[in-house]
Amino acid sequence: MSAHALPLAAARASQRWMFAPIWSRLLRNPMAAFGLGLLLVIVVIVLLAPVLHLPPPEFAQVAQRLKPPLTPGHPFGTDQVGRDILSRLVWGTRLSLAVGVFSALAASLVGSTIGLLAAFRGGWVDALLMRGIDTLMAFPYLLLALAIVAALGPGLFNAMLAIIVVNVPFFARGVRGAALSVVQADFMSAARLCGLSDARIVLTELLPNVLPGIIIGVSTTIGWMILETAGLSFLGLGAQPPQADLGGMLGDGRNLLQIAPHVATIPGLVILLLAIGINLLGDGLRDVLDPKLKAGGIARTKARTASAPASERRAGLSPPGADARLPLAIRNLKTEFRVRGSVYVAVGGVDLKIAPGEAVGIVGESGSGKTVTALSILGLVATPPGRIVGGEILHHGEDMVEVDLRRLQEVRGGKVAYIFQDPQTTLNPLIPVGEQVAEVIRQHQGLSRPEARRRAVALFESVLIGDAIDKVRAYPHEMSGGQRQRVGIAMALANDPELIVADEPTTALDVTTQAQVLKLLNDLRHERGAALMFISHDFGVVAALCDRVHVMYAGRVVESGSVKDVLAHPRHPYTRRLLACVPELGSRRGRVAPIPGLPPSLDELPPGCAFAPRCELVTPACSAGDISLDEVGPGHFGRCIRMDEP
Amino acid sequence: MAGLILRRLFMVIPVLFGVSVIVFLVISLIPGDPARAILGTFATPANVAEVTRQLGLDKPLPVQYVIWIDNLLHGDLGRSYILHKPVIDEIMARLFPTLLLAGAALVLASVFGVLLGILAAVGQNGIGDRLITVVALLGISTPSFWLGMLFIFWFGVRLAWLPVGGMTAMFGGGGVGDILAHLILPATTLAAVAGAVLVRLTRGAMLEVLRQDYIRTARAKGLSERRVIYGHAFRNALVAIIPVIGLQAGFVLGGAVYIETVFQWPGLGRMLVSAISTRDILLVQGGVLVVASGYVLINLLTDLAQAVLDPRIRTE
Repeated sequence: MSAHALPLAAARASQRWMFAPIWSRLLRNPMAAFGLGLLLVIVVIVLLAPVLHLPPPEFAQVAQRLKPPLTPGHPFGTDQVGRDILSRLVWGTRLSLAVGVFSALAASLVGSTIGLLAAFRGGWVDALLMRGIDTLMAFPYLLLALAIVAALGPGLFNAMLAIIVVNVPFFARGVRGAALSVVQADFMSAARLCGLSDARIVLTELLPNVLPGIIIGVSTTIGWMILETAGLSFLGLGAQPPQADLGGMLGDGRNLLQIAPHVATIPGLVILLLAIGINLLGDGLRDVLDPKLKAGGIARTKARTASAPASERRAGLSPPGADARLPLAIRNLKTEFRVRGSVYVAVGGVDLKIAPGEAVGIVGESGSGKTVTALSILGLVATPPGRIVGGEILHHGEDMVEVDLRRLQEVRGGKVAYIFQDPQTTLNPLIPVGEQVAEVIRQHQGLSRPEARRRAVALFESVLIGDAIDKVRAYPHEMSGGQRQRVGIAMALANDPELIVADEPTTALDVTTQAQVLKLLNDLRHERGAALMFISHDFGVVAALCDRVHVMYAGRVVESGSVKDVLAHPRHPYTRRLLACVPELGSRRGRVAPIPGLPPSLDELPPGCAFAPRCELVTPACSAGDISLDEVGPGHFGRCIRMDEP
Repeated sequence: MAGLILRRLFMVIPVLFGVSVIVFLVISLIPGDPARAILGTFATPANVAEVTRQLGLDKPLPVQYVIWIDNLLHGDLGRSYILHKPVIDEIMARLFPTLLLAGAALVLASVFGVLLGILAAVGQNGIGDRLITVVALLGISTPSFWLGMLFIFWFGVRLAWLPVGGMTAMFGGGGVGDILAHLILPATTLAAVAGAVLVRLTRGAMLEVLRQDYIRTARAKGLSERRVIYGHAFRNALVAIIPVIGLQAGFVLGGAVYIETVFQWPGLGRMLVSAISTRDILLVQGGVLVVASGYVLINLLTDLAQAVLDPRIRTE
């Protein structure tokens, strides 16, 4: 195989790989399958038109004019000159469908060629083509079509031409956009280096990448095309008598509405059915080919996380003996995600207490359930698909899972405040940062707008944002990452919370900024006596900041205790491996020891210890059954059957 | 902001130039001889030459264009040789009815489309969402002229609730009540499809925004659901919704052609259709130019509205 054939073969293979599962995925979507079925029925009838023994569509019998539907010999009745409506309908649909499909293909071909050319050539070719396209798009769609028909004269072919021209810009723009992102990709320069000709590169490298977009475009435009050509025919500018497409039939029926409504109603219904079929299929194709555009992915549409009924959640839980002084007492929390029939157990029974003013760290790899635990506290896990199925979350003895929404909203941002990981995405990009801070003050303290704004300035000063008076008016994108996270801290401190839940607040920041932000958070917390739940994958940071630590793995706490005890005597093998990952600053031993293997998939957790497959000390007993969290020292717990061995 | 407005205004000029060139070319390149069309088949060659000279058609195309633009800037779009009156008068007489119809339809479509879209998104996959989605699908699949005919048949003929046409003149004496009564059916028909497009778009935009992290932040602040949905989610979704409202303005202006024909509405659209069938070229040219220029201005407004909402566009 020559070097030239390689990319071509690769493209073909990727195409086959891409298209093979499309049909099965498409048919699994009931709406798309319905649309496809509807279209198939129409297409089969229309294709069979010549053999259906219908009277000729243009055969007029004036004596038989305007017969109502269900007349013998004329199931859908006859029109004003006695032509059989069923026959005209079948032949008219055939014509409309052919026009729609042909126009969509022609528009996509011309438009895609322009788009590909503009993206591939760039420079003045791109500028010139796109200015032309912009100018065409400056016209209201139908008006341009009318102007073209006015120039060329009425007729089906001219109407079709007009519809094609007005749809070209749509494809040109879309394809250019998609192609531009590909043009800059690495494999394009690789193809150039292979010495492929431009035409070859465009056809074998560029086209396969923009093809899904074109297919989506065609499938969504065919419907429009049919409606628009029908419209032009309806106005008398498309198909000319005696030939009739669906729009022309509608136009014929327009003046007969009062005496024979069926003449106009029936062709309209057929257009409707045709368009529904095409649109359903188009929506389905779009969802399958471009999941990014799918208007149904995971969205946080619900105000709080869904939960199982209290009796179910508390099954097997000892009666509440928790201390009502505690700002947080989590007992046996279980939070799941249900996605397409699979159940992912993100949190599988977590216990955790935080005393007033105490700092508790939660450490674990990504996917260990630490963030979901934190978000569960005030019902912030996205629903759908999240659901709290077990346990309770007590804030001064009050179960946050079952309090009413109004009470939950009082606690959120009031007594319990969050600081999130990435201040780039967690601040609203369209609202000045000061206003976002003032908003949480007003919500909980009922201050006036100017008063809340003054408080916001004071808070900005306390989190050491310089020029606080100016900075409150800045938008998030005008600030650095460190500044944005200071805004996040100001927002959390705004109502003097008892507990701050900080979910990896510095992971998105660079190292020097990290240290500053952490110090600020710690100082302010001590100053105000707030408790802290600090989530991190970094044992070092937790050790510096926290009194106690919980180590999580696959949704469960595997070890917990005072930071001192856990650091000095880690009892769980996972904790030990995790500690080995921390590089010691200033030590000559610059090597860290990564943990071999990957965390288990949360939808098929093994029985017993979830760490067993990666553990050096594993025994058959590890996977035999559930392992309890046992006390190994005062206030020090571990979940391992081999902890007592040396 | 002032600088931005100036820059955008400046960018409108080449677009308007392009639009005028296309309108001019489309009409100028028509096969056939306008002078002969005016004079009829039995004109003498001398007469044809005389009229050709009068119309300036013997000059080269660029010169013709400059003369046309010059006249245009003086408010002269030529004379309709079918109606025997200035094109500009005919257009001005029909501009207001079209603006009223298209404006009413756009307001209806925007208000209902956006509201239903929000409701559908917030209740994603619930009964309300499914119902709204199905109605929106029907909306985008229905030919508007057919819907108009059904409305006429049901509300005008069968139930006789509303007048179905006969809106002969805008200021013919019926007063505001009469105008409104005539407006309801055509405006609703025209709004149906545009509204359905907006429902689908708004639903998608809201769902996209609702999965963003800053929505979680808004909820973590203890804001009421109303503030989360309208103060944060909708405000951000609006950045994606506004350009589509602009697009629907173009759709409504074009769709007015059907609706004015079906409901006998005395607007520009019906004028265009009859001008096309009588080959009244100058009238078509003027009508298309006026509506297209209006659409360019609407697009400018949506651009500016977007910049007001989104600081990232402003500082670009």
